[in-house]
Amino acid sequence: MSETVSPVAVNLRSVWGRAYVRIVGANREPSWIFFEGLLPLLGIAVYVFIYQAFGARAIATLVADPTLSDTARAAAIAAAQANVNALVGFVVLGGTMTAFWMNVLWSMASQLYWEKEMGNLQLYMMAPMSRMSLLGGMALGGIFMTSVRAVTTLVAGVFVFGVSFQLTDPWMLMAVFFATLVALYGMGMMLASLYLLYGREAWNLSALLEEPVFLASGFYFPVRILGPAVAFAASIIPAALGLDALRQLLFPGFFGGQFWLLSVGLELTILLGLCVLFLVLARLSLGYMETLAKREGRLTSRHQ
Amino acid sequence: MALAVQTKGLTRVFDAKRKFLRRRKPENGEPAGPVTALDGVDLEIRDGELFGLLGPNGAGKTTLIKILCTLLLPTSGEAFVAGYDVTKDPFPIRTKINMVSGGETSGYGLLTTRENIWMFSQFYGVPSKVAKPKIDELLHTFGLWDKRDSKVRVLSSGQRQKMNMIRGFVTDPDILFLDEPTLGLDVNASRVIREYVMNWVRGQKGKTVLLTTHYMMEADDMCDRLAIINNGRILAVDTPGNLKRRLKKDTTFRLEVDPLKDTSPLKGIAGVKNFSETSDGGGSVLKLTFILEEESAVSDIMSEVVRQGSKIHYLHKSEPTLEDVFISMVGRSLE
Repeated sequence: MSETVSPVAVNLRSVWGRAYVRIVGANREPSWIFFEGLLPLLGIAVYVFIYQAFGARAIATLVADPTLSDTARAAAIAAAQANVNALVGFVVLGGTMTAFWMNVLWSMASQLYWEKEMGNLQLYMMAPMSRMSLLGGMALGGIFMTSVRAVTTLVAGVFVFGVSFQLTDPWMLMAVFFATLVALYGMGMMLASLYLLYGREAWNLSALLEEPVFLASGFYFPVRILGPAVAFAASIIPAALGLDALRQLLFPGFFGGQFWLLSVGLELTILLGLCVLFLVLARLSLGYMETLAKREGRLTSRHQ
Repeated sequence: MALAVQTKGLTRVFDAKRKFLRRRKPENGEPAGPVTALDGVDLEIRDGELFGLLGPNGAGKTTLIKILCTLLLPTSGEAFVAGYDVTKDPFPIRTKINMVSGGETSGYGLLTTRENIWMFSQFYGVPSKVAKPKIDELLHTFGLWDKRDSKVRVLSSGQRQKMNMIRGFVTDPDILFLDEPTLGLDVNASRVIREYVMNWVRGQKGKTVLLTTHYMMEADDMCDRLAIINNGRILAVDTPGNLKRRLKKDTTFRLEVDPLKDTSPLKGIAGVKNFSETSDGGGSVLKLTFILEEESAVSDIMSEVVRQGSKIHYLHKSEPTLEDVFISMVGRSLE
């Protein structure tokens, strides 16, 4: 360039430039509203109907119980209905967060690999921007694009299944939500370099991670049910902790709090720690990947 | 005069056995041992030069460009771009260079032509108020204005390559690396690109282009100086005119004959400096180009052709071209 541009300006423009592809480009074809906004409701509906069926059976048992007084029966039915509402809310919330997890796994983590296959990676690597700006742009764009889809699923889910929330602390809710997203996408940024090193196996790795993480992270049920050991192990995936904290903030009375993993404050602290950890690891793995790419001369070239 | 690019004993060896996380046996066609892509390359490209690099596939051209673009580390030797060491100071180099390769498929199909170029300009920190008018100007120049709002995925390969060229120029680099930029393009698209590159270098101070090409005419027409590279070594560096003058004392003969059983005896004929052979599409005619130190060798060549039972369809003595220079040095044509 003839004129000198400050590194800060280069990096900010790079973030915006790369985010633009997802913010504008990815929303250019309205078919996403059906495929990525409304179709996920079908997956959610299965769990919703199962929980509603369980709830209906529990309420029927309460109605038929001759030992209960009318007052006790009414209170027990109200509690059962609240728990069913919470479970349905869990599923809708889990379905919403699934969009982010899928985006991290299939788009963010695999992105450098796809960029290489498309022939973009070497152009990125020879540009004067920081590599973290590139990944930051991808993450920012991914967050925006997926948020639009997730909100569509959330609103449709709440409307269709009639979920009611008890929002107790909106600021905490926002803090947990954003910390979860940053930690999730930080993990995606870290995985992006590692996936690139794995090359063509990246696809298989994503497939391998998808289902176990779905189960272990408790996208459709409180993760504590799996037992404390599995729940804590699953906490390395930020979605598990984030979902647990969001559910605590939106459904505080669920089964008297016996299925929560940790306190919201502690979960937020761990999430913030994961944000830092994943971003630092992302930077280190990017540096390692670039050094290896330059030394071996293969990673930035297509079909290598 | 200041140097835009300088290499000293630049060597790059690819160790075929070292592949991260994939220690496996080499597949068919893969070299089992180390491959020397560049072997002690010494090169100086002056500021403001349009410099060509000619060589067959696998000669080391792309490896050299990748090292100069800070995408690859040399195994040994040094390389400087705009005065900075590619190994120690890659970041200042990156602000001054850009690269466009032939057949590139970069960019995103969902974005428009204009958006794609703008996006790449952002990675160089070009402010949008500077980038956007410049993109429009370049779209007009390259005849792509009509496609400015078309999604990239609907562009033809020629239109896409023009877009890639604009991507290279929009950041206003001091040094531009063009790796086979007109590969597979039609005559018109190639002409537009060639003319723009020449005007860009010659119309302003301090702009340098390193061009690799398979097309001899392109190199001859465009380049101030040329390097001929083969097997990772620079065989000659000079102006196209001087390179051709080296062959003035030699004679070039072109023959078209029926396919020969064995062409190796031709090499041993006294007075034959070098020759190349190519077949036409159907393989029914063999085209031979001879660089002769002694014109009398042509009778021995014809005798050998006849001895093998082949018929001579065409024989022509011609002035040396850049292609002939290449054949005399490398022993085969670029085609």
